Amino acid sequence: MAELLQHLVNGLVLGGTYALLGIGLTLIFGLMNVVNFAHGEFYTLGAYVAFAALAWAGVDFFVALLMAIAAGAALGWLCEVTLLRPLRGESIDTTMLVMIGVWIAMQNGELLVWGGVAKSIPHPFPTAPLVLGPVAIAPLRIFVLVLAAALIAASWLLIQKTKLGRAMRATFQDRDTAALMGVGIGRIHAATFAFGSGLAAAAGALLGPVFLVYPSMGDLASLKAFSVVILGGLGNLPGATLGGLLLGIVEELGAGYISSGYRDAVGFVIIILVLLFRPSGLFARQERIA
Amino acid sequence: MTLAVRDLAVRFGGVTALEAVTFDVRPGSITSVIGPNGAGKTTAFNVITGYLRPAGGRVTYDGVPLTGLRPSAIARRGIVRTFQRTSVFPALSVEDNVLTGLHLRGTAGFLEVLAGRRRLAAEESGLVRDAAAILEFVGLAHRRRERASALPYGEQRLVELAIALAARPRVLLLDEPGAGMTGAEKTVVSGLIRKIREQGVTVLLVEHDMRMVMGISDTVIALNGGRVIAEGAPAAIQAHPDVIRAYLGAPRDPA
Amino acid sequence: MMRAGGWLLAAAALTLPLWLSSAYHLHVAIMAGIFGVLALSLNLLLGFAGQLSLGHAAFFGIGAYTSALLTLKGEWSFWPALAAAVALAGAAGWLVGRLSLKLRGAYFVLVTISFAGVISLVSVNWIELTNGPLGLPGVPAPELFGWSLRSKTAYYYLVLAGLALSYLVSARLVKSRIGRAFVALRENEPLAESVGVDVTHYLVLAAVVSAGMAGLGGSLYAHYTRFVSPEVFLFTYTVTMVVMVVAGGKGTLAGPLVGAVLFTVLPEALRAAASWQWQMLAYGVLLVLLVFFLPRGIVPALQALRRRGAS
Repeated sequence: MAELLQHLVNGLVLGGTYALLGIGLTLIFGLMNVVNFAHGEFYTLGAYVAFAALAWAGVDFFVALLMAIAAGAALGWLCEVTLLRPLRGESIDTTMLVMIGVWIAMQNGELLVWGGVAKSIPHPFPTAPLVLGPVAIAPLRIFVLVLAAALIAASWLLIQKTKLGRAMRATFQDRDTAALMGVGIGRIHAATFAFGSGLAAAAGALLGPVFLVYPSMGDLASLKAFSVVILGGLGNLPGATLGGLLLGIVEELGAGYISSGYRDAVGFVIIILVLLFRPSGLFARQERIA
Repeated sequence: MTLAVRDLAVRFGGVTALEAVTFDVRPGSITSVIGPNGAGKTTAFNVITGYLRPAGGRVTYDGVPLTGLRPSAIARRGIVRTFQRTSVFPALSVEDNVLTGLHLRGTAGFLEVLAGRRRLAAEESGLVRDAAAILEFVGLAHRRRERASALPYGEQRLVELAIALAARPRVLLLDEPGAGMTGAEKTVVSGLIRKIREQGVTVLLVEHDMRMVMGISDTVIALNGGRVIAEGAPAAIQAHPDVIRAYLGAPRDPA
Repeated sequence: MMRAGGWLLAAAALTLPLWLSSAYHLHVAIMAGIFGVLALSLNLLLGFAGQLSLGHAAFFGIGAYTSALLTLKGEWSFWPALAAAVALAGAAGWLVGRLSLKLRGAYFVLVTISFAGVISLVSVNWIELTNGPLGLPGVPAPELFGWSLRSKTAYYYLVLAGLALSYLVSARLVKSRIGRAFVALRENEPLAESVGVDVTHYLVLAAVVSAGMAGLGGSLYAHYTRFVSPEVFLFTYTVTMVVMVVAGGKGTLAGPLVGAVLFTVLPEALRAAASWQWQMLAYGVLLVLLVFFLPRGIVPALQALRRRGAS
């Protein structure tokens, strides 16, 4: 029982960051209809920026996190404006190929800059785990969980309560009307991509110190993000949140009780099963019309 | 040989697109379906040809049920449609468009193709000849080698018709064949529809141009709000009070 | 003019070991040939049927492992093992094809990636079968009528035969009614269905042939490098295949070949100047540039130039 609780707690920590990844991608994929295979690379970028900030500049952890988010958002904004905007009328396959190119370029860029050796991010928390009843949890992980929750809450607030969030929702529900009402469509797209990428970078900065940082860590992150989006439904923020938590918990339980070698398979299997038994949301079969 | 529609019902969320729609399409006739926008005409087409599953009701052809079959299976039974918005294979030549339409007339299977049997070459030449004949019929022989997307709108719609004819329909469903066409083009299309009927093909069309409809139809079915409100000879429908009410008078000819 | 050019190329390919006889050159030629097979296979699915498979390395890897295991542990001879590799990879293609029937576009891509991910994890973790990350060394070289095809020259001709076979299969398929059905599905699926093209049948067919061909490539690879490890499932291979097809010209027959030669020879030529990471970085940038400036690839661009020159 204690073991189960332990796995659940670890799963929540992981799941919180997966939720961040998923929320970012569900906005980009679900609302902008861009198949962002580079999403995981913003995650990696966040981790490396946090590493640089902490290991070299020696800044406070919060500052490192903020820098990571800023870097992710800035690069995301740049990508949208230079690469995606000119292609806006094109088919989804075209933008997909472009983002695959960005994925490859970013990952190998990171490989060149940082080298392939995994890095460990120093963090200011004591390593001795806090024992709460039957469960032991490292202070770092508590911090990660709390911050992830805060960021998730902030995202919900942004989308639901702010003017920008309303504009985003309006644009993606009915772009023409939104444009007629004075919403700058270009800015909304850029802001959405920047926001999603910033969240991915946050996830990377948060998980970086927990695990190690290496250039290909983004591959799995991308796929897990897609897993979460598919689970929760495209463009569905609460769905992405729940999906992320669920993925984290199932992964931890699977690794604990079945086999840790196959833990990453959980995300893959989810994608396959959900897509098989729930026809893709974009083409609801009932309404398929020529 | 009758295409029979019984009690079709289609609902999208809370909206009822079709309700209790029942009619027969007499073999060898030209039947038109009319109605104001949103009456459910294209929805009915989509159900008949398998692109939409109805919430209720049945479609049969020659007594054989069609509901639930995939569009390609329905096409194999001889029921072929065109689409409301121009639908060709844009990057292919006009000839290749029609050759693709001739898909069902070919028999080349995977293993035969790999083996490169000589019979296949003969079959291909036959198909090319058939394509040429169809293009001749619709009057596009001179456009054979051109890219379909490069053709003017009216001619693209003729390519659509040629593709559908290539599939050797027994029942041809035309979705707004006159839409966006000039008066002269519509006359050409009407003539083609009559010639198609003369070859024994049953034609069911959705059309807004009343002059065209009244000029070529044997039977007219009027839909409004997803229901059949009248069915009969063109003159009778034109005078039918429910139909007049649905349209508030004869609609203006868009050409 | 093109026919003459084609015959010239064929003659050059057939006599290559005579004028490029160093072991290194032959090695590059062999790798180019193997990737030619892989690029042609991906082209069938991506270029003609219009479905992007980013898990193609899975079929390549399944072919490699099947062939290696049957000859190493099962003591099969090369040729039946090759056939089995093609068959098993084809079966995997059938599975992916049937499973993903309802899916298009991004969702199909995701399923192919996930499938490849699962297979990759199996190859790493199922140690009893695959020897895990350590891989399978000592894969035997093929034998033909008692002669070992171990030498680079002999293996070059084997690969050339494989490439010719793949090209023949692709060409015959593409120029037939089946090829028309593939293109129809790619260009306008609802229209294709309305004239009786059975979507299921043709997409699965494309997936099976494509996967089987990739399995052929995998077997050829395994018996050349004589070593198979989970690295065959590396995404790098898939990326390379995609770049070859997209850059060369998807939907053409010559495109993948051009892409395969270009992206095998170029990295070798640049190896002195730039490390593998720089090359992969360049691939990424190249993909982006291609999408913007040369979306149809090199071969169609050249064909368009020739048409404009002629008019």
